[in-house]
Amino acid sequence: MFEGWDAVVLARAQFAFTMSFHIIFPAFSIGLASYLAVLEALWLATGREVYINLFNYWLKIFAVAFAMGVVSGIVMSYQFGTNWSAFSDKTGPVIGPLMAYEVLTAFFLEAGFLGVMLFGLNRVGPKLHFLATLMVAIGTLISAFWILSANSWMQTPTGHTVNEAGQFIAADWLKVIFNPSFPYRLVHMVLAAYLTTALVVGAVGAWHLLRDRHLAGPRVMFSMAMWMATLVAPIQILAGDQHGLNTLEHQPVKIMAMEGHFESHKDGAPLILFGLPNQSAGRVDYAVEVPKLGSLILKHSTDAPMAGLNTVPRENWPPVAITFWSFRIMVGMGLLMLALGMFSLLMRILGKLYDSRLLHLFAVAMAPAGFIAVLAGWITTEVGRQPFTVYGLLRTAESASPLAAPAVASSLIAFIIVYFAVFAAGVIYLLRLMAAPPHPGEEGPSHEVPIRTAGITPAAGVTAEGAAR
Amino acid sequence: MIPVDLPIIWAFIIAFAVFVYVVMDGFDLGLGILFPLFPEKRDRDVIMNSVAPVWDGNETWLVLGGGGLMAAFPLAYAVLMPALYTPMIAMLLGLVFRGVAFEFRWRTTKARNRWDIAFFGGSLLATLAQGIALGAILQGVHVAGRSYAGGWWDWLTPFSILTGVSLVIGYSLLGATWLVMKTEGELRDRAYHLSWIFLLAMLGAIGAVSIATPFLHVQYTQRWFDWPNVLLTAQVPIAVAAITALLLRSLANKYDYQPFFLTLALFALSYAGLGISMYPYIVPQSITIWQAAAPENAQLFMLVGVAGLIPLILGYTAWAYWVFRGKVKPESGYH
Repeated sequence: MFEGWDAVVLARAQFAFTMSFHIIFPAFSIGLASYLAVLEALWLATGREVYINLFNYWLKIFAVAFAMGVVSGIVMSYQFGTNWSAFSDKTGPVIGPLMAYEVLTAFFLEAGFLGVMLFGLNRVGPKLHFLATLMVAIGTLISAFWILSANSWMQTPTGHTVNEAGQFIAADWLKVIFNPSFPYRLVHMVLAAYLTTALVVGAVGAWHLLRDRHLAGPRVMFSMAMWMATLVAPIQILAGDQHGLNTLEHQPVKIMAMEGHFESHKDGAPLILFGLPNQSAGRVDYAVEVPKLGSLILKHSTDAPMAGLNTVPRENWPPVAITFWSFRIMVGMGLLMLALGMFSLLMRILGKLYDSRLLHLFAVAMAPAGFIAVLAGWITTEVGRQPFTVYGLLRTAESASPLAAPAVASSLIAFIIVYFAVFAAGVIYLLRLMAAPPHPGEEGPSHEVPIRTAGITPAAGVTAEGAAR
Repeated sequence: MIPVDLPIIWAFIIAFAVFVYVVMDGFDLGLGILFPLFPEKRDRDVIMNSVAPVWDGNETWLVLGGGGLMAAFPLAYAVLMPALYTPMIAMLLGLVFRGVAFEFRWRTTKARNRWDIAFFGGSLLATLAQGIALGAILQGVHVAGRSYAGGWWDWLTPFSILTGVSLVIGYSLLGATWLVMKTEGELRDRAYHLSWIFLLAMLGAIGAVSIATPFLHVQYTQRWFDWPNVLLTAQVPIAVAAITALLLRSLANKYDYQPFFLTLALFALSYAGLGISMYPYIVPQSITIWQAAAPENAQLFMLVGVAGLIPLILGYTAWAYWVFRGKVKPESGYH
């Protein structure tokens, strides 16, 4: 079986599949860790019970999501070697250290303090516990820093030379780490993670408000989430625009694919809204386009000339249809987020934030929007980098392990079966946790003594704990 | 500047990370393997709770071992991972099952049994795969140029099965002695009983692997038995005998902490024996540490981080263990 298949295509399918599953969890837990730190800080500052209830409520959800992120992440760290050994040999000296620093500065920090964050409030007291929460939140951000640096170097490689064995070698570590696309990608991704989390938190809040608009916990979380949507969605669109301009400068071919620009335009390129990119014919069928808008957005001038894919050798074209459509899905989600943010701001000004059923229904419907946008955005940037793993320097076809197709096909099938079984169960448990509203005296994920600090102020928590000793 | 041999330093760092992984995740994988022997929900809750706060940190050492290998010895990583393709994928899938079981089993009553089975099966599969991978590395892989040149079933030999089973026994012993340390009453009594059984099995496994290894390559035989090497290498079996005697005594006297830490010592000695066999190769008999090493500037760049961060990591990891120190009490009424 599978003898006739292309082992490289199978390896790409496996990487795409396992990566797509993995990215969902960090996208959620980066934002949620920060949200938990904010909730605990508010609790410590104000002593209001609603914050610790919300904290414990989301902590249980965080525990489940984080576990799924960890196990799917370990798979990623070994897959470079198992399936992309030629890539590992050649780029290991450059991106290997970046990932090693991710483990040393982020993964250990998260894992080391996670146990205390999940189960330790009674044992260490509120202040040390807050420190643990903060360390986990900072850990998720440091992790994003390093892995996006490594990814960005693959997109816009700088600061390296090549040795006689064909390996990339860092010539200047700062140029490697802070390569041209990295700052843009980092900002775009972290904001995406925050928005993703905010949309989930907002949807859960709205779901419970639809049933009972007087619940304290859902009101607080809904309001906080809608502030995020109102403030961050516009910033994210701005950041995305800047990221796009950076891509135009360093990876113009990716932009041509995103825009569906097969043809070159001497005096102003159109913005193709929709259409069916036809890679073999080299044109967009049924294109709906706005003249000159493409040049206006990308070059800030209606008559600026823009080169198309016809200036690029065909063997260097990325798959245009996937890049074109995933980009539009991402932008569409972003615009919907902006609409939600503005609508909620309007309702807030009118004093109807907790009363507008339409707003709540909209917020519930937007629950998956962040995940869809993150996935679509990653597909845009990664498929747009093809046919290279290190942009312009190392081809994907030359990066794979010397494995026979049956080996990769078998592992791909195993991953598909296991991931669907395991992560479907996990999502059901997450939804079940979210379906119950947070209530007074909410308990954390502790498997031993119920958290007694719930429902009392931090100061009293310390006293109670002191008495218990 | 004093000339330093960076590849040697890095070989020790990677070896250290893998060893820390083996002893830390070893006991919690061992608990998973022992799970079917403790059918009572109450016992299982205690067993899970004894490692729930720390398992994630334990597994991070595996990521450091793999990531560090890619960064410091990219050629070895690029050759070994495809050579070990099937065991590696099996290990990863096993770790998926057991990792999520830590959280999932508390979130369902109906399907709890299913996640308990996943915890056991995943732990067993991951352990077996790690042991098989070890055996496959020891017996050597087929290399051509800068890549693996063998088939995808080359790893499967009687020797690799032996090392796979041996690791299952070893992790079970670690798990049993961990339970001795962390539990009380009837649960601890059964853990003592299991420790006896797995200690005897472990001694058999160490003996079998020690006898089989010299037959793999003549270099292994020379390394262990040639004069004057034997003066040094003979210390290892002597130390194993001494530790075993102490371990038997600690089990007979029903000590709480000694059995676990003496088992760790037994692992350390086995690991040292492994190092004696392999040195100076990182892919036995094909690629040496120096041939596989990443360029100096990569190893130096990471060394700065390792030197500063590993002590810090060990510090806060120790703190986390300290916070959850002592016996785990079976609490009723929450779940």
